[in-house]
Amino acid sequence: MLGKLSLAAIPLDEPLPLISGAVVVLIILAVLAFITIKGWVPYLWREWLTSVDHKRIGVMYLTLGLIMLLRGYADAIMMRTQQAIAVGGSQGYLPPQHFDQIFSAHGTIMIFFVAMPLVIGLMNFVVPLQLGVRDVAFPVLNSVSFWLTASGALLINVSLVVGVFSRATWWGYPPLSGLAFSPDVGVDYYLWSLQISGVGTLLTGVNFVTTILKLRAPGMTYFRMPVFCWTALAANLLIVAAFPVLTATFIMLLLDRYLGMHFFTNDFGGNQMMYPNLFWAWGHPEVYILVLPAFGIFSEIAATFSGKGLFSYRSMVWATLGICILSFMVWLHHFFTMGAGADVNAFFGIMSSIIAVPTGVKIFNWLFTMFRGKVEFKTPMVWLVAFMITFVLGGMTGVLLAVPPVDFVLHNSAFLVAHFHNVIIGGVVFGAFAGYAYWFPKAFGFTLDERWGKASIWFWVIGFYLAFVPLYMLGLMGMTRRLQHIPDPSWQPLLLVAEVGAILVFCGILCQIIQLYVSIRTREQRRDLTGDPWNGRTLEWSTTSPPPAYNFAVLPTVETIDAFWHMKRTGRRPPVEPAYEAIEVPRNSPAGFITAFFAVIMGFSLIWQIWWLAILGFVAVAVVILIAGWSTDREHEISAAEIAQMERAG
Amino acid sequence: MAIATIDRTPTAVPTELARGRGGGGPATKRTVVAYGFWIFILSDMVMFSALFAAFAVLRGNTAGGPTGEELFNLRNVFIETMCLLFSSYTAGLGALSAERREPARFLIFAALTFVLGAAFLFIEVTEFAGMVAKGAGPSRSAFLSAFFTLVGTHGVHVASGMIALIYLAAQVIVKGLNAAVLRRLLCWSLFWHALDIVWVGVFTLVYLMGDWH
Repeated sequence: MLGKLSLAAIPLDEPLPLISGAVVVLIILAVLAFITIKGWVPYLWREWLTSVDHKRIGVMYLTLGLIMLLRGYADAIMMRTQQAIAVGGSQGYLPPQHFDQIFSAHGTIMIFFVAMPLVIGLMNFVVPLQLGVRDVAFPVLNSVSFWLTASGALLINVSLVVGVFSRATWWGYPPLSGLAFSPDVGVDYYLWSLQISGVGTLLTGVNFVTTILKLRAPGMTYFRMPVFCWTALAANLLIVAAFPVLTATFIMLLLDRYLGMHFFTNDFGGNQMMYPNLFWAWGHPEVYILVLPAFGIFSEIAATFSGKGLFSYRSMVWATLGICILSFMVWLHHFFTMGAGADVNAFFGIMSSIIAVPTGVKIFNWLFTMFRGKVEFKTPMVWLVAFMITFVLGGMTGVLLAVPPVDFVLHNSAFLVAHFHNVIIGGVVFGAFAGYAYWFPKAFGFTLDERWGKASIWFWVIGFYLAFVPLYMLGLMGMTRRLQHIPDPSWQPLLLVAEVGAILVFCGILCQIIQLYVSIRTREQRRDLTGDPWNGRTLEWSTTSPPPAYNFAVLPTVETIDAFWHMKRTGRRPPVEPAYEAIEVPRNSPAGFITAFFAVIMGFSLIWQIWWLAILGFVAVAVVILIAGWSTDREHEISAAEIAQMERAG
Repeated sequence: MAIATIDRTPTAVPTELARGRGGGGPATKRTVVAYGFWIFILSDMVMFSALFAAFAVLRGNTAGGPTGEELFNLRNVFIETMCLLFSSYTAGLGALSAERREPARFLIFAALTFVLGAAFLFIEVTEFAGMVAKGAGPSRSAFLSAFFTLVGTHGVHVASGMIALIYLAAQVIVKGLNAAVLRRLLCWSLFWHALDIVWVGVFTLVYLMGDWH
């Protein structure tokens, strides 16, 4: 009746995950109770949970990413603490099977449920506004995408309380992740939560490629698009081309685990080496799915806060597209040591180094944008400077690792851990925070506090260097990654420094929470009444903050790059009272939320092999899709008179 | 020139904006929907390409079990292939009738398409069942795992296409051939023809080249 699920699934013998799980459950219940008592449920349901407005969905993605950042950070500080104290005779406080779950969960959560939601959230909020249009191509699908991503995040967190999570790292190589060596539900939690959220991400890719290529304001030719839209286009093309490979790979691993097939098993002709190839054929483009939009964010920020146009817009676009294509030709550098031979390794080593060329072009473009500009060091701009220094360092260690003989020495070491944290934190996370500070006033109508924002940057940057420079050194000294116990006591001082760095990063997170609180409390003094708090250059700044549901009462006409800047310079701003026309906006739809609800039920019962419930969940999802696909009346019209009234009031 | 109000028809866009560099403003709904569906189909093709790659890697790994040469009946597979290819022809005729707003003709061709699709699936399921009965199921060897997964995934696509066809035929009967239904039929056609392309790959790489040992 309940498959593999029984009371034994609740880890009563392991107090740590149980207590943390109980705390999380209590917090969630408390929040739900608070919302219910305050009578906010109907408002939340109407305005947020069923919203198909790209701006609302973007804000929900960012909220999800920031909450999951806390979970991922908790995993990180637990690992750092374990490594700092489990030296010599001490075994620390985390037993191996728990430590293994933590590093697997940390990687999975940080990539799929922090970095992805942050980046996709910013794209959701910004891209249609920058393109000068009213929404994405498929608004209801967009809501489905978000809720499926949230479902995956939920399933991973359920594993904290019910059952275990994977111990097979965030990439889950077989045969370790196969049934023979991971018989419990941990890997199944990993696979199903990523399959469900992966469908959501794929649909996002389809949606945004279509939006950017087919829905732009009149006059916005390709080479008048803001750079962030170009990078979003590249990232979403990569999603469309790469995520299906991950889906297929996970299908094969699931079939091995559930139906006894032999794709990756040791016996009956299975081939484990196929898995890393397939996984990284997705995994390397994934890195660029994350970092290209961050490059786009920084391009917007560099131009805005230097008071001049981006240096060499065209080379920035070509560099973006170059990286987009090159990203599919380097996957083998994730496993040089697998033994593909010198020629193959040489090819992939050279291709990996070549990616540094378009990336270098970008760095110089940002520098030359600042050069002789009127640089204003607002919070987003300080993030840009922190990013450029940090990312160049991470990029250089990456070029070093791209040399196969060096990789043979450094692979699987703490040096590698330091390298990819260097590019992901220094690139993606700093980029997302910069974007958050930059577009926050557009989303909520008031700016964020500068002092707490800058304090947060200093903590993050100093904390980052203290946490990861020691790992570079330890890697060169021979420390491998994923150590639950440190055999060499001479490594301990550096590990303690890394622990201090991790704590400083937490101070950075605290500053951001305080920044948000302070800014909300003082929002009346920091209102953005013009819609253009930074003297911006692109179309999102031409509408009010926050924008109305329809974004633009009248679609703008674009004549140059930096369209809004051009309008301001030539005085061609929209007339105060233009001839409004009726606008069709999509109706709210509960389809996304309900689909995700049943997807969670289906995923959970597949993990625990409760077959009847899995079938029910699947049928329910299908029925929701069929019902949603039946309707033809998905838009409602706002009349010209109503728009005129709203515009006057706004 | 003040910022002009742009109306929905692309002809209202000043000609200097619409010079083929994408400056013509938002595309029509039909274009957007079909384009988005194309992108989705491309992603589906990428998924199949991963399954094809796995099959190519594992095709020789029979682990002492039966090979494709011993298992495949090319005559049946040929009939199966013809069913699917002809179903694309009838689907095309159906799409033409729909565009001409002839619901009755559309429904006839839809029924024909459905029957041909069902025949395809029937032959495939019979083949699978025969192999499992001979002890050559998907867990017998890596080759058979890859075979059942690749061909089976295509079969699942055909089955979902048939369910979608019934669903859309119901929409045609209830709502008639309005613009929204026509857009959905357009997407369905793209999907059905794409399955043909995948099958051409399956027929060639799995069955015709199956006796390469």
